[in-house]
Amino acid sequence: MATAATAPQDGLPASPDAIVVRFAGDSGDGMQLTGGQFTLSTALAGNDLATFPDFPAEIRAPQGTLFGVSAFQINFGSRAINTAGDAPDVLVAMNPAALKVNLAALKPGGLIIADTGAFTKRNLDKAHYEANPLEDGSLAKFDVLAFDISEKTIEAVKPFGLGNKDALRSKNMWTLGLALWMFDRPREPIHDWLKAKFKSKPDIADANIAALDAGHAYGETAELAGPVKQLTMPPVQSEPGLYRTITGAEAVSLGLVAGAQLAELPMFFGGYPITPASAILHHLARLKEFGVTTFQAEDEIAAVCAAIGASWAGQLGVTSSSGPGIALKTEAIGLGIMTELPLVIVNSQRGGPSTGLPTKTEQSDLYQAVYGRNGDAPMPVIAARSPSDAFEVAIEACRIAVEYMTPVMLLTDGYIANAAEPWKVPDPAGFKPFPAQFLTEPRGEELLPYKRDEKGARPWIKPGTPGMMHRIGGIEKHEETGNIDYSPDNHQRMTDLRKAKVENIAVPDQEVALGEDSGTLAVVGWGSTYGPIHQAVRRSIAKGCSVSHIHVRHIWPMPKNLGELLKGFDKVLVPEMNTGQFKTVLRDQFLVDAQPLTKTSGQPFQIAELEREIAKYFDGIEGNEGGEVAVNDQQLPSPIAEND
Amino acid sequence: MNAPVKIETTLKDWETDQEVRWCPGCGDYAILKAVQRTLPQLGCDPAKTVFISGIGCSSRFPYYMETYGFHTIHGRAPAFATGAKLANPELDVWLVTGDGDGLSIGGNHLMHVLRRNVNMQIMLFNNEIYGLTKGQASPTSREGTKSPSTPIGSYDHPARPAAFALGAGARFVGRGFDVSKNLPEVLKAAHAHKGAAFIEIFQNCIVYNKDVFDDFAAPKGAEDRQLWLENGKPMLFAKDSKGITLNRETLSLEVVDVVDGDWEAAGVIVHDVTNRSIAHMLVEMPFGPFPMALGVLYDDPTPTFEDAVIEERKMASQGKEANLAKLLGKGQTWTVSGTAQDPI
Repeated sequence: MATAATAPQDGLPASPDAIVVRFAGDSGDGMQLTGGQFTLSTALAGNDLATFPDFPAEIRAPQGTLFGVSAFQINFGSRAINTAGDAPDVLVAMNPAALKVNLAALKPGGLIIADTGAFTKRNLDKAHYEANPLEDGSLAKFDVLAFDISEKTIEAVKPFGLGNKDALRSKNMWTLGLALWMFDRPREPIHDWLKAKFKSKPDIADANIAALDAGHAYGETAELAGPVKQLTMPPVQSEPGLYRTITGAEAVSLGLVAGAQLAELPMFFGGYPITPASAILHHLARLKEFGVTTFQAEDEIAAVCAAIGASWAGQLGVTSSSGPGIALKTEAIGLGIMTELPLVIVNSQRGGPSTGLPTKTEQSDLYQAVYGRNGDAPMPVIAARSPSDAFEVAIEACRIAVEYMTPVMLLTDGYIANAAEPWKVPDPAGFKPFPAQFLTEPRGEELLPYKRDEKGARPWIKPGTPGMMHRIGGIEKHEETGNIDYSPDNHQRMTDLRKAKVENIAVPDQEVALGEDSGTLAVVGWGSTYGPIHQAVRRSIAKGCSVSHIHVRHIWPMPKNLGELLKGFDKVLVPEMNTGQFKTVLRDQFLVDAQPLTKTSGQPFQIAELEREIAKYFDGIEGNEGGEVAVNDQQLPSPIAEND
Repeated sequence: MNAPVKIETTLKDWETDQEVRWCPGCGDYAILKAVQRTLPQLGCDPAKTVFISGIGCSSRFPYYMETYGFHTIHGRAPAFATGAKLANPELDVWLVTGDGDGLSIGGNHLMHVLRRNVNMQIMLFNNEIYGLTKGQASPTSREGTKSPSTPIGSYDHPARPAAFALGAGARFVGRGFDVSKNLPEVLKAAHAHKGAAFIEIFQNCIVYNKDVFDDFAAPKGAEDRQLWLENGKPMLFAKDSKGITLNRETLSLEVVDVVDGDWEAAGVIVHDVTNRSIAHMLVEMPFGPFPMALGVLYDDPTPTFEDAVIEERKMASQGKEANLAKLLGKGQTWTVSGTAQDPI
């Protein structure tokens, strides 16, 4: 364990092993771009990282308003990073609204970098500030570096003859330049990116590069007061290999492409634009050379129906959406279950119900995934825990769909979809293929399109195959011929067979992610809560708590050993970003007294809040008497030193 | 168009062993026979032929065709058919829908499959009623239709399927009715059209909307009430004693008397299946003052959706290698050196 860093009374420590920076500005200020480029540069510098883009649902909310603030947080370090970090060490505030919205999150003693040029009377009013916080002493417990970034940007790009309005668009690049200097990141990748992005407008590229360089030079040469000094952060000690950064949406797309290749099938992707799932459609639309057909349908229903139609015709049908779109697809998913065709459905969850919080994250579609259909309609559900994990999970979804002839739902969420992390590029030679088998002649004397194999899967027969003509549909069908059959015994048997098929899907045994196989407390998570749970459990173990982290990928069917595993713990705590859905499923399946810890603020869990909850189970541990009271952020080692 | 190799079959080859479950006397039987009679004449291959339907009486059709069949969900058949056709463009796709399935719950999908121009034959059985759910008014029911859901008569304005199809961008619009001897010819023309071919087939629901089309479909006096359109032929009916002319001042169609067979003197227009303006007038032509326009109203092919998709995929893949290892390692990467393993 690293030694705890002192609170940065004299600015930030010179060489922390992890640091959290949040860029915040107006949604027109280009903060997501700034964050994305800073991320790239950080990855190339060899640090581990995790990011959290947090932006409003409006494309361009009115300028300067509180609801128009867009932020991008990155946690990076020379140790393994699992979360985007609880509290920022550095807040870059491009206007008063950005400061107001994000200040509460900033660590005491943290550094604020603010653009005084944007702290005008008008902007202060819009942010409901009565006085200028940069001048009224209200930021005394922070370090503040305030100067006129707007003016310096205009100066830097003056040689390019841009008007003030256009010049100010480079403000984010100036700020990025300063940030690159502060953390000793290379500028070249950003230069290259700008040149490529503005290939047809070299003037704009040059102006942005000039702004970037000016910001960098300002850090290098200006005689800045105490807080701003250059920090060095050595590369993380990672496994050797080739690395890149990846977002969840990219990882899902690549995993689907890999899955289709392993199944030796062309992929048909039916999609309809919806936040935060559209990125998958965008990525796949550019991968046509891999035998991918993307179809932007007229609505969510047509997207899934076309995918099922393609699966029927012999391709791997895939559709993707978020909760409201999944709701629309539900009837068709039922048909996929009834006709027993392969289908992968990706749900990038967002806050609900209804339109809910389109750009914020939540895990509240678990019931929808597991139970949300008419009739007894069992369907496998698996969940990705991080952006890079989504790659493997997407392959696994394809495997189950093809091997068991069933729709499969893959759950990610807005956080996973947008967040980036370094990813060790896998070698496809190591992937195990699962080639699809098509039936081209009857197995016995008679053609029996619903006669199952030992796994419970019916044969896949492509239309176009000579002599194998048959009809399928949503009406209950005979258990072997597939002809319409409403008879009571047949429906009973078919219901049982569909249930058994999904229950018997081979799922790897559940492993413990961290800690012992039994003990006082199991913290059971699924999906994107992996990072904060992992860190909270790690810290709790270090304090002497008998706590383990169990993270479930296979939500339905669950690993066969999970019930026994949970019985080895006195208590089970289930943190999730909903009102306790997985907790209910665990209670139902295993009769365990799982306790919920729920959060539906649209924000991911913080390590500290999970740690506080875990502490309640360990009253009497030294240094932790009284549970919650004893554990507070002041007593904890700073996350700066604690991101292993 | 779809089957390059003609296959020898008989009507029997297209019949399944399933018991047909429509009401005795239903117009669907006649349509089923017309289709089963037409496909052998076209040399179609049952293994490459697919029938896709939604929900409703008409949508049971695939169960009775010895081809591949997919009985899907209410209104969505065009979307399933689009996916199947894109996945395997060699399939000869027939879509079966009804006035409720195609114009009410599935109106959106019908519009998009037509405007995208996915190569398939779309047969909309229009009986102006919901049959399978026991007789409620449908979107094509005439004003004043009494039904369990409209006990004192419906008051919403009916949708007109052929006008809807043309408005949605259809490049083929045909019309026929269940017992018409000409129906196979309309089906053949639809099959010959490369693209989405829309056929409205008036169909008699003998239980809930009996004989509602008798005003033009009844054999007696049919000649006076049916205008069978033929490409390149004058628009004549009533034993060639009447014709359709275009009033060039009001830009509208009119019925004129033809004396001594001199249709040219009467100004009767010649049917040009590629004339979209006239097609718009024909689908809007009200029955009563005018005869019912039947046959091929419009037929002017344009490139199909699946061809465009294939072309795009070809262009987008040109010079690109489908190398998964390279794809995974794309973008800006960095190598962590060590002894354990080499990067790919």
